[in-house]
Amino acid sequence: MGARPAPGGASSLFHDARARFGFGVLVLAIFLALLAPLLAVDPSVQRDIVATRFLAPLSTDLHGTFHLLGTDRFGRDVWARLVFGARVSLGVGLLAVLLSVAIGLAVGAAAGFWQGRVGLVLLAFTDFALALPRVVLLLLLASLWQPSAALVIIVLGLTGWMTIARLVHGEVRALSARPFVESAVALGVQGPRVLVRHILPNALTPVIVAAALGVGNAIMLEAGLSFLGLGVQPPTPSWGNLIASGRDTLVNAPWVATAPGVALVLVVVAATLLGDAVRDRLDPAQRRVSG
Amino acid sequence: MLRTLVRRALTGLAVILGVVTLMFFLIRVAPGDPALLLVGPTATSEQVTAQRDALGLDRPLHEQYAAWLSRFLRGDWGSSIATGRPVRAMISAAWPATVSLVGLSLVLSYLIGIVVGAIQATGSGRLDTTLSIVTVTLFALPGYWLGLMLVMVFTYWARALPAFGAAGLDADFLTGWDQVADRLRHLALPLTTLTLIGIGGTARFVRGAMLDVRNAPHVAIARAKGLSPVRVTVRHVLRNALIPVLTLLGLSLPALFSGAVFIEAIFAWPGVGRIMVQAVGARDYPVIMAATAVSATLVVLGNVLAEALAAWADPRLRVSQPPRGAA
Repeated sequence: MGARPAPGGASSLFHDARARFGFGVLVLAIFLALLAPLLAVDPSVQRDIVATRFLAPLSTDLHGTFHLLGTDRFGRDVWARLVFGARVSLGVGLLAVLLSVAIGLAVGAAAGFWQGRVGLVLLAFTDFALALPRVVLLLLLASLWQPSAALVIIVLGLTGWMTIARLVHGEVRALSARPFVESAVALGVQGPRVLVRHILPNALTPVIVAAALGVGNAIMLEAGLSFLGLGVQPPTPSWGNLIASGRDTLVNAPWVATAPGVALVLVVVAATLLGDAVRDRLDPAQRRVSG
Repeated sequence: MLRTLVRRALTGLAVILGVVTLMFFLIRVAPGDPALLLVGPTATSEQVTAQRDALGLDRPLHEQYAAWLSRFLRGDWGSSIATGRPVRAMISAAWPATVSLVGLSLVLSYLIGIVVGAIQATGSGRLDTTLSIVTVTLFALPGYWLGLMLVMVFTYWARALPAFGAAGLDADFLTGWDQVADRLRHLALPLTTLTLIGIGGTARFVRGAMLDVRNAPHVAIARAKGLSPVRVTVRHVLRNALIPVLTLLGLSLPALFSGAVFIEAIFAWPGVGRIMVQAVGARDYPVIMAATAVSATLVVLGNVLAEALAAWADPRLRVSQPPRGAA
């Protein structure tokens, strides 16, 4: 913790194959999600079920429509469900992490800046929250209120802020002792203003890394909740309930469950690799070439 | 060291008590009436009132809490709203299945993960890259999806392994080795799923920890003394790198339990996680609370155990200190 070398510029980051891959996949996924209505027919439009159900990938139905990833038991195009599901899954993941970052920043900064009783109480609370099995808590919360995308965002946000809070706490504590902060205080800058203007901007980079890693995790958990029927409710597609909908047709239509799973793994791998690459840029001790 | 452990144990108790309290109030604050759910939508208002009375739901919140807490501490966990069975019997029948699944997977994924991570940190750049791609993919795999894919391959295509439960329907009629073999066959898929994911996380962490230690002064001295590379790696790098890994063991327990919830639900593994998922679906409050408390207790116990292991391995850790980069 503490003193970090100035991060290399974005251009040096892109010499890292992991960063290029991660960034590329995430941009592609976001692009597909945003352009979903142009790339596929809205899957909620029902057509001739009997003629189009359980078509294998790369096949054409009786009406001449091409199905890149095949169709499910209701004759819905799996590709269309996948790109429309990306909107929900990516959106929920990003918003949940934003909420986590907001809470984590507030708690961590307060605990690091006011190191007395306030700090101790906040840290104890953070450790308490960290010791809870997250999925058990998610299950409980998701079952108590009506399942919906908004609930998943709130629940994931409320159970994911602890690692960020700990990170920020460490950074703020370390930065508080640095000369530029002391000189700001000596110049008469008052309490919270020191924190917001001088300390927090310098503590943000590790938070961004943690957030990148957190997005992958949040998308995975959203899918898990939706898979169990406690998250986004069908017919609204999310990658989790798409996997669940393919669960009963593993034998005769394995592509229904496979496709959203592969998409999910790709996005989580991309977020993890991008996070790793940024972290390694910030922490040269982890870089292989330096050894 | 004993003092640290006692303090840890007390903190753990506070965590469990906090969890139980949190759950109780969350459940009461949330919308949804357990009495209404129990008697069903066709019940008369008299029936609902009678049900509410039986559950104690008409008493003030703090009285309900105090009564429930004292009953809970005495081990009287009530009976399931959905099935009528005593919760205590359900949980005590279920927790060994969870502990054996999680415990076995923990041991396997740490053993394999440490070896893979060590190979990555010392092997050639290309080997490291290849293994990194494998481990990051394993790390990113959602357990429920990996489970489904394994079921598709090993149950439906190869017809080699069972996909549901902890024992076959005929298990009671099997004896000796046949029974053991039946158990192992049922354990194979859930254990593989949970372990594969665990390997990803452990190997990634061990690799990082070893790269951290590799540049330490004592390693340079060991090399300068002319020790063989294998000896330097095993005795000087790996040993020191394993200290944060032991601490990670404690920190990864909640995640492992979380993973086990999905795996148990997928494979109908008769553990606490599956009971929890079923109870949540049915809004079976007594069961949810007991399952939550038991999960939290198992996690806290595991944490204390991991702390003790880490403190035993490294005197410097006997004061509490979060591991670097373990988040």
